[in-house]
Amino acid sequence: MTTFLGTPGFGNLRGDEPFPVAARRELRNAQMRRNVAHATRTIRAKRLVAVAECADWEELRAAGSALKRDVLARLPELLEELEANVVARGGMVHWARDAAEANQIVTDLVRAAGADEVVKVKSMATQEIGLNEHLAAQGIAAIETDLAELIVQLDNDTPSHILVPAIHRNRAEIREIFTREMPDAGDLTDEPQVLAMAARAHLRRKFLSAKVAVSGANFGIAETGTLAVVESEGNGRMCLTLPDTLITVMGIEKVVPRFADLEVFMQLLPRSSTAERMNPYTSMWTGVHPGDGPQQFHLVLLDNGRTAVLGDPAGRAALHCIRCSACLNVCPVYERTGGHAYGSVYPGPIGAILSPQLTGTRGHGDPNASLPYASSLCGACFDACPVRIDIPAILVHLRAAQVDAGHSRGQDLAMRAAAWAMRSPRRFALAERLLGAGRFFAGSDHRITALPWPGSRWTASRDVPEPPAETFRQWWARTHGGQARP
Amino acid sequence: MRIALFATCLADAMFPRAAIATVRLLERLGHEVVFPAGQTCCGQMHINTGYLGQATDLVRHYVEVFEEAGCDAVVAPSGSCVGSVRHQHAMVARRAGDTALAQRAEAVAARTYELSELLVDVLGVRDVGAHYPHRVTYHPTCHSLRMLRVGDKPLELLRHVRGLTLVDLPDAETCCGFGGTFAIKNADTSTAMLADKMAAVIGSRAEVCTAGDSSCLMHIGGGLSRMRSAVRTVHLAEILASTKTR
Repeated sequence: MTTFLGTPGFGNLRGDEPFPVAARRELRNAQMRRNVAHATRTIRAKRLVAVAECADWEELRAAGSALKRDVLARLPELLEELEANVVARGGMVHWARDAAEANQIVTDLVRAAGADEVVKVKSMATQEIGLNEHLAAQGIAAIETDLAELIVQLDNDTPSHILVPAIHRNRAEIREIFTREMPDAGDLTDEPQVLAMAARAHLRRKFLSAKVAVSGANFGIAETGTLAVVESEGNGRMCLTLPDTLITVMGIEKVVPRFADLEVFMQLLPRSSTAERMNPYTSMWTGVHPGDGPQQFHLVLLDNGRTAVLGDPAGRAALHCIRCSACLNVCPVYERTGGHAYGSVYPGPIGAILSPQLTGTRGHGDPNASLPYASSLCGACFDACPVRIDIPAILVHLRAAQVDAGHSRGQDLAMRAAAWAMRSPRRFALAERLLGAGRFFAGSDHRITALPWPGSRWTASRDVPEPPAETFRQWWARTHGGQARP
Repeated sequence: MRIALFATCLADAMFPRAAIATVRLLERLGHEVVFPAGQTCCGQMHINTGYLGQATDLVRHYVEVFEEAGCDAVVAPSGSCVGSVRHQHAMVARRAGDTALAQRAEAVAARTYELSELLVDVLGVRDVGAHYPHRVTYHPTCHSLRMLRVGDKPLELLRHVRGLTLVDLPDAETCCGFGGTFAIKNADTSTAMLADKMAAVIGSRAEVCTAGDSSCLMHIGGGLSRMRSAVRTVHLAEILASTKTR
């Protein structure tokens, strides 16, 4: 019997440039940096308060992690249980191997409903597969109804954050986008309430006319066939209740065994994402009910690389992610580069471990091969993660996979030489004396301001002190020589 | 107590004053310090860059050297090197399929301490009798903070130093941007992080920025030096080793 280890995922999961190149450009966007720094700083402080209220936060994290481990350990049976229960309650279930299959399934369903327009609930899965672009190419308009997602869509931009897709914009910029793209809105100020009311008026017409809605799902409950969406604005609930047909695209890792499991996740998710005790709107639906809500319900179960991630015991915990964004908000790299530098719809620390695993990487030139290195391994992400994904450990694991694939010869050589020197104290002492020759690089002020490549990457912004005249082991031999041990 | 010093490759070669200060401090407190001359590097750079195969040799070397040292405890003036010993060595050995080495690594790791841990947890001292009449701010390095959870042990030690004025560092727990080879591979992002850390250090109006890791101090100090700032970086061990006469 052969084991199916999955096919690579594709869609909006890979940028055009390696992270260092994209980051270099993004770092020059002063307005973006100001906006992201302000937003993440605010949410970081609020999250700490929200988490501190829970005396059992660490137990909750452990419970969330254990539940996700259990889900991944018996994913096939849970998905089949979910399918059976969705079907038993009048829904339809479709299995999509990858982005192309999922897009085709949704397109066919929209056409069958006789619609050329769909309203959308904010969803990472449909951003991942590029559903909006695909539908547009097929003559179907997809209208984002989440406020931040709408801002991004109106501006022909891409999301830069999992929870707050327009985090890189401030209110003045949003006012400009609305004024330009919503001509009916009239004179707008940059007051949040004025902007929200303009979006509300714009969207209300769409809610009332749309025949089809497309959503993602935060959770799919196997034992009941119930789907759940957690949101702040209520637009999701409009989409989930008004149109006649509802299509939900859900990553296969979002299944949970029992309804009672939400007890854990509904405490972890709001506090970690929006720093709220409870999110304003939680919608749950189970099959179809005559005369109430959508009369057609389709669930599209999306793999798109997830089975391949599951195949790696050291990397699969990336599939625990509940898309809260806490790791983005605490990440010093994300705070400075913003989300676009990561090239994928999943930015930040979770994106750095999820995107390359979902797509697989094809050698050194693959932009996603640079993502595991887009971290100083400071560990703030692991501390913040509500389901205890050890992101730094997985980053190191993925770096090792890159090295084992043998894609960077120059670095291999340098590392091999360093390891060779460090395996022997005699060679190490010799290397130290060679390093001492670096004193010749130093100026009269005892600092080195320019080194040849790759040291130039350091000295572009940082001095190096002159190597000392005496190393520690030389000092030890001089002062404690009699006690030296082999 | 008989304590083996793991100087760390960086302090040995580039910042010997941190290792010398560790020796002087522990000897002043009445302990015997030995320096196993066979020691080289913990392998952290190799591990964190993904060279786990080569790191296995360095892990084995570290374990052998400090098994043979015949000491009660191993101390290093570095949170990240101790973090690597304690949280990565066994993983590296297991990944290489060497379970026996993993178990030996765990045993050595269990008695390897970062300096502030050794002083506060093992030796039970908070006042080491130091004198350092300067305005100092403390940067908690990421690995001492989040891998070792040293908490406020370094601050406790600093608070007991005579003459020292301890000032808060804004956003202290944010990474300085060093990250080993990250500083080279992602030099621009690393520098952006460094710029904010330097602004916080300068904003604290401290004369001295201290930390428990020579590597992070090399990064912060390298940036301050480039700016020709008057703020100096000094390892925690050097402050704790300072007395009125020395």
